Amino acid sequence: MTLSELPRGASATIDGVSEQGQPDPIARRLRDLGFVPGEQVRLLTHGPFGAEPLLVQIGFTRFALRRSEAARVRLREGVAA
Amino acid sequence: MSASAVDLRLALVGNPNCGKTALFNLLTGSRQKVANYAGVTVERKEGMARTPAGHSLRVLDLPGAYSFDAASPDEAITRDICKGHFPGEARPDLIALVVDATNLRLHLRFLLEVRSLGLPMIVALNMMDAAQRRGIAIDVARLSAELDLPVVETIAVRRHGADALLAAIDADLARISARPAVSELHAEVRRLLELCVRMPTRTAAVDETLDRIFLHPVAGLGLLAVVMFVMFQAVFLWAAPLQDAVAEVTAAVGGWIASALPGGPLRSLIADGVFAGLGTVLEFLPQILILFLFILSLEESGYLPRAAFLLDRIMLRHGLSGRSFIPLLSSFACAIPGIMATRSIQDPRDRLATILVAPLMTCSARLPIYTLVIAAFIPRQQVAGVLSLQGLVLFGLYLAGILSALVVARVLRRSRAAAGESALLLELPSYRLPHLRDLGLGLLERARIFVRRVTTIILAMTVLLWFLSSFPGPPDGATGAAIDYSFAGMLGHALQPLFAPLGFNWAICIALIPGLAAREVAVSSLATVYALSAVGDEAVSQLSQVIASQWSLATALSLLVWYIYAPMCLSTLAVIRRETQSWRHTAIATGYLFGLAYVASLLTYQLASRWS
Repeated sequence: MTLSELPRGASATIDGVSEQGQPDPIARRLRDLGFVPGEQVRLLTHGPFGAEPLLVQIGFTRFALRRSEAARVRLREGVAA
Repeated sequence: MSASAVDLRLALVGNPNCGKTALFNLLTGSRQKVANYAGVTVERKEGMARTPAGHSLRVLDLPGAYSFDAASPDEAITRDICKGHFPGEARPDLIALVVDATNLRLHLRFLLEVRSLGLPMIVALNMMDAAQRRGIAIDVARLSAELDLPVVETIAVRRHGADALLAAIDADLARISARPAVSELHAEVRRLLELCVRMPTRTAAVDETLDRIFLHPVAGLGLLAVVMFVMFQAVFLWAAPLQDAVAEVTAAVGGWIASALPGGPLRSLIADGVFAGLGTVLEFLPQILILFLFILSLEESGYLPRAAFLLDRIMLRHGLSGRSFIPLLSSFACAIPGIMATRSIQDPRDRLATILVAPLMTCSARLPIYTLVIAAFIPRQQVAGVLSLQGLVLFGLYLAGILSALVVARVLRRSRAAAGESALLLELPSYRLPHLRDLGLGLLERARIFVRRVTTIILAMTVLLWFLSSFPGPPDGATGAAIDYSFAGMLGHALQPLFAPLGFNWAICIALIPGLAAREVAVSSLATVYALSAVGDEAVSQLSQVIASQWSLATALSLLVWYIYAPMCLSTLAVIRRETQSWRHTAIATGYLFGLAYVASLLTYQLASRWS
């Protein structure tokens, strides 16, 4: 499962970030921002138009991500509470 | 180390939203110098500070960065200066690494990356008050020991934090030195957090509540519209009494000086040139400051990224990005900082589209001409009891610019090849109450820039125009106004056929030319031209009364519409050239703006003169 498929309000543990093409600056930046294996991530809400972008939270930090960006973030199976 | 006045270069480094600039303001007070880095248009802020032991520090506020793996030109500057690679900038002697105590998971990673450079470094653990309120407990001594760096607790808006930082620099100058690099940054961050920090699991309740409101699909968008609307109403309503005061003072001073001078060219230069011209422009200082007050407050409070979140999808559909919102909003103040702020947009195509439409955002330099014309032609009445009709018209002008920008961006997107995706990846920082000191310093800086413009370029253009409008003098026995025989008069009459279909008279044609140097000059030019056109003792008191009696409503509307589009500002074009590195893009921007201006004004004039 990827972060873009996470239901609203759900949390999960990050498994890793996939590269789409080489090099993938978006994937690199996601890792720099803390999207690294083992971190908890929560999908809070999404934007008013076309359910874009996503509002996600890692630790205390909130980020706005488009679905295409969130699709790079792999999640471990078994959604946490 | 001795207590002599050593000039140490201290660089403030940190993630975006770590409260670095507030700390900078505290350290340096108003002793700041804002300029650009050599060769690029990223703002460079430097100031002076002194430690208790008497070391004098030159403090440089570097652009916020998440990583040395730079994703934007701003971040590249921070990296290059820290590494000593930036041409013309010496490597800092000491780094104050600012981290937000409420956001250590993100900020510690960058701290470790900077530490690996091996520069002397001190950590400012900022926002400690907010961390305590949220129940985040940090073992500062332990953190300092684990990092092997001095760590000082600061609260960005409180003086004693800055003092503690300065004292720590004195105490630790001998000790602070390089530390080894860590290969697994994230693992090290996790280890440090486990050792030194106890966090509750939830975010700040305030942020959660506010985001639930501000990011709500309906309420959030409604509030965004309200915020924008109030901002533009305030520019008109709140500024009016202040403007009247400025106008009275300049008129009184001008009248007093004119009466003290003997008649002749000098008196004409002072009264008709400098005071009629500059005084008229100076009246707009209150409006510009109110506009900046809103923009700075929105920036400081953390609201702007929320607006970007709400609008990303719409802007994306029009070939822009949610990230474009912030540069475009700054463009309401001035397109130049707006275009510079596009450097935070990583995708080059989004960035170009944002640059090309930024001049359509109504900048504050257009306010003088808008206000002048609106005050002369739109009655001062209330709509629905509370709204000012003049404010509504102004709002309409802004709206027209915004809608045009969306259309233009859409056309631009169609004309470029569809290629890879662009990124949003935007941090939404914690909400913060804007602090008066930071707002005050920001406004002071803006006021300085405006007054500098008034006293340099606007003054020069006004004097030049006075000269062109006064010489050569009328031949003996001439009956009309003197200005008809001057260089400016000839030029105005020569241009008039081109602009006659738009309803512009020769006086407007004259004013358009110096207006290229700065849009406000169009107003001072009109004031000068009409002051000099007065025949005999016919007194010219208020420019707005003159144009109200001499222009038709259709002409007034046409001029307003002209200024929505016209690229009447050479500095903006110069910045577009510098930022895009392309004459072609500059020519495209100039061409399409002139084209739109001409066509839109033509339509406005022709329609309005038929109706009225």
